[in-house]
Amino acid sequence: MATEHNWTTKITKSAKITKTAITKDLRVLRAFVSFVIFVIFALVAQAFRPAFAQSPTYGVGRPPSAEQLKAIDIDVLPDGTGLPHGGGNAVTGKQVYTQKCLTCHGPTGKEGPQENLTGGRGSLATPKPVKSVGSYWPYATTLFDYIRRAMPFDHPGTLGTDDVYSVAAYVLFLNDVVKENDELNETTLPKIMMPNRNGFVADPRPDVPANKGNHDDAKPRRKQP
Amino acid sequence: MRGMQPEHFSTASRSRRWFLSLGAAWGAAIAACRSKPDAPAPTEARVIGAPVSPYGSRSKFETSKRYFSTDTKVPLEEASSRTPLHDTYGIITPSSLHFERHHSGVPEIDPATHTLTIHGLVDRPLVFTVDEIKRLPSVSRIHFVECSGNSSSEWRSSGANDLQRAHGLTSCSEWTGVPLSLLLKECGVKPEGTWILAEGADPGRHDRSIPMSKAMDDCLVAYGQNGEPIRPEQGYPFRLLVPGFEGNMNVKWLRRVKVLDRPAMTREETSKYTDLMPDGTARQFTFYMEAKSLITRPSAGDTMRGPGFYEVTGLAWSGHGAITKVEITTDGGQTWTPAQLQTPILPKAHTRFRFAWNWDGKDALLASRATDESGYTQPPIPALTEVRGFNSNYHNNGIQVWKVSADGGVTNGNRA
Repeated sequence: MATEHNWTTKITKSAKITKTAITKDLRVLRAFVSFVIFVIFALVAQAFRPAFAQSPTYGVGRPPSAEQLKAIDIDVLPDGTGLPHGGGNAVTGKQVYTQKCLTCHGPTGKEGPQENLTGGRGSLATPKPVKSVGSYWPYATTLFDYIRRAMPFDHPGTLGTDDVYSVAAYVLFLNDVVKENDELNETTLPKIMMPNRNGFVADPRPDVPANKGNHDDAKPRRKQP
Repeated sequence: MRGMQPEHFSTASRSRRWFLSLGAAWGAAIAACRSKPDAPAPTEARVIGAPVSPYGSRSKFETSKRYFSTDTKVPLEEASSRTPLHDTYGIITPSSLHFERHHSGVPEIDPATHTLTIHGLVDRPLVFTVDEIKRLPSVSRIHFVECSGNSSSEWRSSGANDLQRAHGLTSCSEWTGVPLSLLLKECGVKPEGTWILAEGADPGRHDRSIPMSKAMDDCLVAYGQNGEPIRPEQGYPFRLLVPGFEGNMNVKWLRRVKVLDRPAMTREETSKYTDLMPDGTARQFTFYMEAKSLITRPSAGDTMRGPGFYEVTGLAWSGHGAITKVEITTDGGQTWTPAQLQTPILPKAHTRFRFAWNWDGKDALLASRATDESGYTQPPIPALTEVRGFNSNYHNNGIQVWKVSADGGVTNGNRA
């Protein structure tokens, strides 16, 4: 029995030792695993950094008030985002045009002296292309944006919302894009399909192979004097 | 001890001899001066110069200026003026001679009331005063700005009589400002923010869309130009600098940056700064100004004073990075020889090149061509028009040829 007991004690002792060792190993393993998880998390967080809201570094500047933003947020996007509430048609637009635009753009938008607004449909691939609102501009929203932004040249910012819709309607009417009584507003304007809507391509440059035309490249180079 | 004596003596003697010979030389020199028969007597009366002054100006003998035509239907508020590149040295354009292109005149902006608003697809829209922009970490970098319409006179023919009129819509400055990326990060760009719209405070609110990748790369909100506050014509109190991209994207008098998930399709990026191709389609968002070089001296309008040595010099630059090579031909493109590049050779900056030339007094066709770090080499103009036709003349980075005639006259040799 004594022998057996001794043996059991030995076993227990050895098991205790083993258990201690395993516990120690586990602790190391756990620390290692949590470190790996931390590293993985850090890498993932880094990779998706823009997805996490970052806090400001310098704390300089202040949020704009709603009124401040409204006063300067003037851009109009092709889907109509940014268009103000209002409207007008070419009939009223003709009056605005005659008063504010005609001296620079001429009675029908092509007499000048300033930029040509009408005509030129089908001319873009000819040796004498005419780039007008009707022949070239891809979005009607851009016309509204630009008139409101920058026209009339010497008094930008003086046209009311309805005047901008009206005069845009008149220019589009002169280009046979809308009818005289078509009402342009924040709903109808973005729906207009401009004739040259699909006329634009991405920049393919470099489009001229290097040294094309420099036929002499193979010739021996002259020594610099 | 005795052994050292001669050595000491010898040293002293050598020193003395040296001293004596020096004295003799001086004596001879003085005698030579005195004996010069036509030595000018110091009798010329001199008037003391001007006193110190609070703000410097150039010598009254220097008259170089920007060129613009008044013989045009285009209002001068919407016109351009051109840098006299043939009169500039090194790589920096004096701020007073930096080219101009405005869309509704130069506004007078009080920096005490001007602000920059960043909003749109951001976590925190922010308004910055001019003082606040200047408080933030700044950088200074040298970059060129070139109008996409530069050199358009040369697209179809030898259109212009001199370098300034043909190619003066490029200039290079040291710009100081806050990286746009810093400001955008301060506002926290949302993941869907892929473009920005930059807008000026000029009366016409000039605006352009710029990809977020570029905005986050090397754009600056620049308030300094060549060590002084940016000039009103260049966007005072600050402008956007979009290094290497066409001039009109470098929005002056910057007042607003809106983060968008698509381009805004402004008038400038649809109907104006697009490149119409022979098939009737137009290239849009043609941002980069490709590698280009110009010989600035000698150039059309100069007169050669007889055969002999002339330093040929000029400027090269690329919107795609640094210039790696400029080659010169004096025989109309038969042979090309590398020019010397003057350091610093900086990315997206004018780089000065030099080439020693012994002119034999005969007719010569002079030209330069640049290669940039992308490996792209500046092509001849006909190679460009062959691909792009004649319906648009933007982005002309073709090789400019100057014709040097035996009589010493230098003219535009693009169709020579």
